[in-house]
Amino acid sequence: MSGFRLEKGGRIDRSRPLSFTFEGVSYEGYAGDTLGSALMANGVSMLGRSFKYHRPRGLLAAGLDEPNAIMQLEDGAQARPNVKATGVELYDGLRAAPVNAWPSLSFDLLSVNSMFARFIPAAFYYKTFMWPHWSLFEPAIRRAAGLGVSPEASDEDIYDKRYAACDVLVVGGGPAGLQAAQAASRSGARVMLVDHDAQWGGSLMASNRHVGQDPADDWIGRVVEELRAAPETQLLNRTLAFGFYDHGLVGLCERLTDHLPLAERSGPRLRFWKVRAKSVILATGAIERPLVFPNNDRPGVMLAGAGATYAARYAAAPGRRAVFAVNNDSGYESAAVLRRLGVDIAAIADARPGLSAKGAQMAASGINVFTASTITNVRGGKKVRAAELHKLDDDGQAVKGSAALVECDTVLTSGGWSPVVHLYSQAGGKLRFDEQIQAFVPRECGQHVLCVGAAGGEFSLTQGLADAARAGAAAARDCGFDAADIEPATVDGEAFGNIRPIWQVDVSGLAGERGKAWLDFQNDVTSDDVALAIRENFKSVEHVKRYTTLGMASDQGKTSNVNGIGVMEGALGKPMAQVGTTTFRPPYDPIEIGAFAGRRVGENIAPLRPLAAEDAHEMLGARFEDYGGWRRPAFYAQDGEDEHAAVRREALAVRDGVGLFEASPLGKIEVAGADAREFLNRFYVNNMATLKPQRCRYGVMLDENGVVLDDGVLACLGPNRYLAGTTSGHAALIADNMDEWLQCEWPDLDVVVQEVTTNWAVMNVNGPRARDLLRKFDCSIDLAAEAFPHMHVREGEIEGVACRIQRVSFSGELSYEVAVPWGFGASFWAALMDAGREFGVSPFGVETLMALRVEKGFLHVGADTDGMTLPQDIGFGGVISRKAADFIGRRSTMRPDSLRDDRRQFVGLECLDGSAKPLTVGAHVLLPESAPPALTQGWVTSSVYSAALGKPVALGMVANGRERIGEEVKIWDRGVSRRARISAPGAYDPEGKRLHV
Amino acid sequence: MLQISCPYCGARAEIEFRCGGQAHLERPGPHDQVSDRQWAEYLFYRDNPKGVSLERWVHRFGCRQWFNVARSTLTHEILAVYGMGEQPPQLEGTKR
Repeated sequence: MSGFRLEKGGRIDRSRPLSFTFEGVSYEGYAGDTLGSALMANGVSMLGRSFKYHRPRGLLAAGLDEPNAIMQLEDGAQARPNVKATGVELYDGLRAAPVNAWPSLSFDLLSVNSMFARFIPAAFYYKTFMWPHWSLFEPAIRRAAGLGVSPEASDEDIYDKRYAACDVLVVGGGPAGLQAAQAASRSGARVMLVDHDAQWGGSLMASNRHVGQDPADDWIGRVVEELRAAPETQLLNRTLAFGFYDHGLVGLCERLTDHLPLAERSGPRLRFWKVRAKSVILATGAIERPLVFPNNDRPGVMLAGAGATYAARYAAAPGRRAVFAVNNDSGYESAAVLRRLGVDIAAIADARPGLSAKGAQMAASGINVFTASTITNVRGGKKVRAAELHKLDDDGQAVKGSAALVECDTVLTSGGWSPVVHLYSQAGGKLRFDEQIQAFVPRECGQHVLCVGAAGGEFSLTQGLADAARAGAAAARDCGFDAADIEPATVDGEAFGNIRPIWQVDVSGLAGERGKAWLDFQNDVTSDDVALAIRENFKSVEHVKRYTTLGMASDQGKTSNVNGIGVMEGALGKPMAQVGTTTFRPPYDPIEIGAFAGRRVGENIAPLRPLAAEDAHEMLGARFEDYGGWRRPAFYAQDGEDEHAAVRREALAVRDGVGLFEASPLGKIEVAGADAREFLNRFYVNNMATLKPQRCRYGVMLDENGVVLDDGVLACLGPNRYLAGTTSGHAALIADNMDEWLQCEWPDLDVVVQEVTTNWAVMNVNGPRARDLLRKFDCSIDLAAEAFPHMHVREGEIEGVACRIQRVSFSGELSYEVAVPWGFGASFWAALMDAGREFGVSPFGVETLMALRVEKGFLHVGADTDGMTLPQDIGFGGVISRKAADFIGRRSTMRPDSLRDDRRQFVGLECLDGSAKPLTVGAHVLLPESAPPALTQGWVTSSVYSAALGKPVALGMVANGRERIGEEVKIWDRGVSRRARISAPGAYDPEGKRLHV
Repeated sequence: MLQISCPYCGARAEIEFRCGGQAHLERPGPHDQVSDRQWAEYLFYRDNPKGVSLERWVHRFGCRQWFNVARSTLTHEILAVYGMGEQPPQLEGTKR
């Protein structure tokens, strides 16, 4: 119990106490706290167990760079796994638990792992759990190494999405961001300023600085007020800019309700913004780096700046007595903040040899400052008891015999600062290594993006504000606004000084076992792991990252990557500039998947299209299914029938009387123009040049690889006017295809193409009594057999409504497809059902349609064919040989592979075992004497029970099948063999006598 | 996500478009005079430039018109937009 609440100060509202629980224990915090600061104020120093070794861990940072304090919030549908305690605004009733401890934080059984640490170095799992397969070990290892638990209930929250465009997007609401936004906003440009924090001011919130003559708070307040009043400027707090994409697109995640008690939440939880900005200014600040020394992961060892932030912003002191270890001047400033707030500064170890001005000032005020010294160990397990300090020699090695042991409860380190260049890098920006600040800074970028302030490597606030003011005005000017330069604000009392890069304290000269030095706290990667990877010849920074998992945790190495590169510099003996960084990828901080899904969840992922007479189908007991994006009846269940019984009844009704089927989704594309005939002749395998008006022809379309793409009936409505039918799921694709060929390849052809699928509702009247039924209507079209034969099309009126009728049939029976304008579809269906009552009309669904067409041996593209099926495989060889002209895919049907005589061909399969059970679709066709496993001869592609024939019927693709009609084969499916005979497709009415009536 | 300037509708987000692959492919023919090699090159062989890529796009959820785009594969910058049937503009790094 080291942390405590300061008696006054901070940006918390002491009049609004909030209660919350952590690991089941109740605590109290205040409005303005984060979960992290509230835990610190309550003296809870151990917040988690580490991922691999289950070592106790406490807060390291105060922002989204925090690697240790990973929490599970709430439960049930509201459970949120793996959130950073430092990024959670405290609300009343919040329930939090650590993610990686069992059975409890203070007594974690898996902490025995840390005793065996020497046996589980980097890549231990890869090397050890190889045989027989990693997947056998993975579940147990994942449990041991797991982070949070996924919510078990489905997410009840709503997620919003919004698109926006602006001139200047400023990311980061700290001093530089406010200054840049102010400069851009005054020109009248459309400015957006975003910050993930609830409050504006960034680093100024935890400082004691003055801007100009006024306290920083006054300046922040004035600028925010001005920006809020500007009509074209939008401020979004609690909004993280998490990704920078192409052409100025930035992804934002706005947290709308996460800061409210559960009961007070309503409306969308997150809003995902896609902002297209003409110019982007990144004022994202910098992240402090920890020092790398033995046991630097103990709870109570923190970043110096984080310690100051907790005390100054949240009035939560990390401890009562602190030791600082620094290599630059910023640590002195943090020490000054803590000292002013009452924390005892036991010692400051500064790695640099001489006293800087700041150091001298500190020493003069009575603080014990050790120069050319650093921290070499921490005493204490679950909390800090003392810090061990040593002198450093000129090579950065700790000098034996120079030890000083300083009692303390807190260790605060500063290893320098790394500009937050993540978004810049995602934008395609290149980085360079800056020797002065020992960090990677922006160099150049092809997009309109500029980093200002600390994000640009400028650690002087006054200079950073001047740069920001200039950048804001320049960005507005780039967007065409007449922006004047504004007078930037100035800031007092600041220093960074030079920096002595000690990437890893070299304790090799010291006596005694010291323990490991951590680089990546969340993934438990030590400096030894990096050294091991390099010894094993993983020398690229990207390889070291993946071999050790350095920087691959949910914090993405914010505090560890640069240190890791520093350690690599030492181990590889090449400068950091050459080692380089790994790729920065979005998101900057984890974003819930729900934000990306937005409203497109459940049925809204791919909304189904309704039929014209949907309500009628519903009333008739239709069982709906998704067929190619359409919600269609599979069958109509009567009196508790199952699918089999319903399909059997419906199929017999069609064969013996008349059935009614809504075929509205059938693809319909109108093709018109002087060259329509020529175009269609190039588009179909068939010779469409000879198709006469009022006639229909079944045709097949290929892609340029020769593969069967779709089939359907082409109707010639008149000279230069055609209606191309496609399968239900392919209408848009084929229409797009036609457009592409016409615009890109044959722009000289005079043709227009328009998909009209949903302009016409189509009712299919199918069966021997179909004509009798249709004759009940007042129709301008002569339906007599000789006047309107099979494969003809007519246009006219039915009951005064425009209609198109095609005599086409997928059942092999007399069949009319009657199309009426979509709006008349429902009433036409009702009228047909009414008129059909005397003929015993039966509605039928898609499954019955499938049974009827399999009985007839009609091909179903996509079911019987696959991505290798050529037209000659489905019996179109003759059609091709009789056609002289080229067509799409023709040349591909002439390749050597296309001409092989053992290609799989479309045939029927007749069951010989007398069983009523249909063959299994996908079952293999084998030679009768073969003993599986054996080379397959093909497979079953369609299979149903034929009610009309009283036995199962099937179709399939079989090697050289047409030559083998009559041959017996074995049908094998997962160990079960059945006897069958190859036949011509079409077991029912093979002569087609029933069609021409 | 790219921002593409449709020559007919103006600048729109990439999700409104579909990329149709490499532009300026010539379909060999007639079919009975094309060698297997020629046909394979037309079907499968594509440039993989580091730099300017000439490709055709369609404003699928807009005017449905096809057009050509010169895009840098390095920076994703769109260097030019020009009509179907037009010659590509002279750009540094364009493969001739």
